[in-house]
Amino acid sequence: MKKLLLSSIIVLIGFTFIGRLSYLQLFRFSPDQILDDPAIKKVYDYPERGYIYDRDGKLLVGNQPAYDVMVIPREVKPLDTLEFCSLLGIEKPEFLSKMEKARRYSPRLPSVLVPQLSKEDYAKLQEKMRHFTGFYIQKRSLRYYNTQSAANVLGYISEVNEWDLKNNPYYVAGELKGRTGIEQQYEEILRGQKGVKHIQKDRFNRDIGPYKGGKLDTLPQQGKEIHITIDKTLQEYGEKLMHGKRGGIVAIEPKTGEILTMISGPTYDPALLVGRQRSKNYSKLHYDTISKPTWDRSILAQPSPGSPFKTLNALVGLQEGVIDTNTKFRCYHGFYVGNTLRGCHCGGGVRDLNSGIYQSCNAYFAGVFRRIFDKYETTDEGMDVWEKHMKSFGLGDYLGTDLPTGAPGRIPDVAYYDKWYGNGRWAASTIISNSIGQGEIAATPLQLANMTAAIANRGYFYTPHIIKSVGNNGKIDPKYTEPRYTTIDRKYFEPVIEGMANVYNYGTARWVKIPGIDIAGKTGTVENYIRIDGERMQLTDHSVFVAFAPIKNPQIALAVYIENGYYGSRYAGHIASLLIEKYLKGEITRKDLEKRMLEKTLEHEYAKPYSGEPFEINEYEW
Amino acid sequence: MSGRGPFGRLDWITVILYALLVFIGWINIYSTSVGEASTSIFDFSTLYGKQLFFIGLAALGIIFVLFVESHFFERFASIFYIGSIALLLGLFVFGKTIAGATSWYDLGFFNLQPSELAKVATALALAKFLSDIQTDIRTGRHQLYALAIILIPALLILPQPDPGSSLIYFSLFFVLFREGFPIYYLGILIFAVVLFATTLMFGTVWVAIGLIILTLLIYTFKKASVKIPILPVLGVIAVSILFSLSVNFVFENVFEQRHRDRFALWLSLEKDEEKLDEIRKTIGYNTYQSEKAIESGGFTGKGFLEGTRTKGDFVPEQHTDYIFSSVGEEWGFLGTSAVILLFSLFFLRLIYIAERQKSDFSRMYGYGVISILVFHYFINIGMVIGLLPTIGVPLPFFSYGGSGLIFFTMLLFIFLKLDSNRLKDGI
Repeated sequence: MKKLLLSSIIVLIGFTFIGRLSYLQLFRFSPDQILDDPAIKKVYDYPERGYIYDRDGKLLVGNQPAYDVMVIPREVKPLDTLEFCSLLGIEKPEFLSKMEKARRYSPRLPSVLVPQLSKEDYAKLQEKMRHFTGFYIQKRSLRYYNTQSAANVLGYISEVNEWDLKNNPYYVAGELKGRTGIEQQYEEILRGQKGVKHIQKDRFNRDIGPYKGGKLDTLPQQGKEIHITIDKTLQEYGEKLMHGKRGGIVAIEPKTGEILTMISGPTYDPALLVGRQRSKNYSKLHYDTISKPTWDRSILAQPSPGSPFKTLNALVGLQEGVIDTNTKFRCYHGFYVGNTLRGCHCGGGVRDLNSGIYQSCNAYFAGVFRRIFDKYETTDEGMDVWEKHMKSFGLGDYLGTDLPTGAPGRIPDVAYYDKWYGNGRWAASTIISNSIGQGEIAATPLQLANMTAAIANRGYFYTPHIIKSVGNNGKIDPKYTEPRYTTIDRKYFEPVIEGMANVYNYGTARWVKIPGIDIAGKTGTVENYIRIDGERMQLTDHSVFVAFAPIKNPQIALAVYIENGYYGSRYAGHIASLLIEKYLKGEITRKDLEKRMLEKTLEHEYAKPYSGEPFEINEYEW
Repeated sequence: MSGRGPFGRLDWITVILYALLVFIGWINIYSTSVGEASTSIFDFSTLYGKQLFFIGLAALGIIFVLFVESHFFERFASIFYIGSIALLLGLFVFGKTIAGATSWYDLGFFNLQPSELAKVATALALAKFLSDIQTDIRTGRHQLYALAIILIPALLILPQPDPGSSLIYFSLFFVLFREGFPIYYLGILIFAVVLFATTLMFGTVWVAIGLIILTLLIYTFKKASVKIPILPVLGVIAVSILFSLSVNFVFENVFEQRHRDRFALWLSLEKDEEKLDEIRKTIGYNTYQSEKAIESGGFTGKGFLEGTRTKGDFVPEQHTDYIFSSVGEEWGFLGTSAVILLFSLFFLRLIYIAERQKSDFSRMYGYGVISILVFHYFINIGMVIGLLPTIGVPLPFFSYGGSGLIFFTMLLFIFLKLDSNRLKDGI
């Protein structure tokens, strides 16, 4: 016993140790623990973010250097604090509290003391920098905007948040990522691929050389420049016209589907979201919940389209063979649904297709709508056919553009009304408002512009897109170069387009005719309501206008939607006409018209519902 | 003399095992301390260069030991012992403080740690006392003498403070057990450890209450025929309570906060993940880092000089007390289990050698050597792999450090020298 005591203890210890070691090294070991190895730090080498150019190669977004003043608290030697503070442009207490914060983070590691100095401040500071041991300047790249427009299109970049980190292993806390617009959509192309260096660290987190001699390291890949379809001049001009107005404008080149202009009003200078004032500016924009400058009305607003939608009903009527160009309906300054008279502003009388369009006769289109439904035995069948035609114009669903946000709009269907009214408890007359683009239809300005492009093309469209080329001449997604055909035969478009041309010649937009350019257009005046503090009130009508030009060889198709701008040709019509002229001629001949649009604002209109006092809508004077 | 020279009957198996341990230890010290710039392994400004120098000194020590006449050690054991006690006392006046412990003499080129020397001397002195023809370990008086020989250096080392080294002296009890010291003393020792732990966990009051309840239970359920006198039992309880109180005293006054924290960590199993995380960053940092380093080695290890945590110096004291974590990281389970196996073989071989001694002195000294080495090995690796609380003792032959390596070597080779003379002794 006494001879064996020590031997057995040694064997016992041996087994215990090996047991524990197999637990640690065999059971608890996992091969990917390089990830949480504190000794290996990944240091990233960030490539420059790609530039963004407009369709003509004009620079929209580039990069600018910014200078962070860094500090390593341990290495700081006594300094002339006052002089340093005045160079940095901060107060002494702020300086001291920032120093303390840096020290608490780590005495050995660099912290940002003052972020993003401007070039001018940097120049002043640079010569004196050597007097301040422990501080140094680190250059970084910020976005530079060569335009004050297109903030909604371009988007912005900001630090990745927790959601990004969880869902995309590429990003590491503190990195920048595109938010909204082009910056988000083409993030991977613009940002390039960061390079990784694996640095071996000691326990004080100091570098002690590359890990495995740099075998696992990668080089950064430069971000690519991209060209977008936006026309910088037109975009900037359009935003000027939108001054003081809320709404959205989208212009498309019909033969390609390229988005020429995408304007949301009110908007903001994209440079506001760069630099030291970024978060202050962002809060200001983000919390403006009344005018919503960050809400892109061109792709998110979904008003009823109003009268421009009549053109589609005309097309469906022709396609279904329930009308021809000579089919006439009588307008009694309105039309009857049962015994109720629904009003019309066209002046009354007998309307055919042409005058129905250019005078925007409600009675005519109510008639067409009824006939479409009457052709089929059941309302459901009629509804299905109607819905199918409408959706073929890219309405009622996401268009599939290369914009990160969007709204589907709405084309109501059988299920929708069954739910609303009950199965079999509705008919064409119940939903007759759809014939004139009111009712349950909703469409974004982008969808309206696209619908107009489809009419301009006489029956097809290209999915609207914003990318023109990646790099200098890189290919884009083939889905943007394949035509999408509507369900309407080509031959039915001419009479409708003729009606739209006459909108300018004799119709609702005759005072915004552009000399020398044939335009086809359609006005819209959309009734709308708002609920404030539980009280439903009607506001001044939205002013809507769609147009394309020239009629023979369409270069531009656009939709203009101005909130509370009253009738279609008042604001929307003016703006559409100016934009078309600007785009096709390059200059504006009708200076008075231009001046009126640049100066007039609708702020008084927008203030009405919040004034707390009774107000008038649809005022005649303007 | 056998006439075959000083190396003649040396147990070469032990020597080879020893050389292997020193070599593997040095390889790992090299790995923990190699920088990018240095070129030669003989660069004495580096730790591995210094260790190489110490290995050289140890080799000289071996030669010295082997050339000395073997009775010298037995004859001068008392002198060594008294000398080393004097050196330990001298520390209170001339000691040099390194890392908070006044355990060294500064010899200029070398820091001498007399507690290492005292281990050799105490093992020799104990063997000499026990092997004396007049000593009878079964008598209380001689048991007390033996205890004194062990406890005097231990008590002198304790306040340096160096509780780790102090604890090592208790290993010499195994010599006593081998020589007929009643094994129930081991029971008392275990009882004391349990008292120690429970006192720290629950406090003296609860320990006292527990003891009384235990006693009452024994009296309640014992057979009526069995008589247990009440007075000795009360005595045991009283002594236990006194011990428990002294545990508190030692814990609060002798131990430093870091020691207290270590025991606190070891004994109270913290469940709260947040607090655990806090502990990993503070008092449990060493253990956590060393476990992580070993764990990250996996089955095969990251390879020589490829240990990222080793290179980053993440495990504190990794070239000294935590050297085994380097083995774990760079050589993996294969390496660690090989080292454990090597140590076990080495110890078993030494026991075999001790048992074949004809001279009582040699056998007892041999047991002393084995006990000291095993205790170091057990406490060190147990700590590094997270089984035992953090107690700073080096891993014999492995850890960086001159005093340690040289005196462990001397300790061992004195025994091998005695062994080589065993045939002569028997006559």
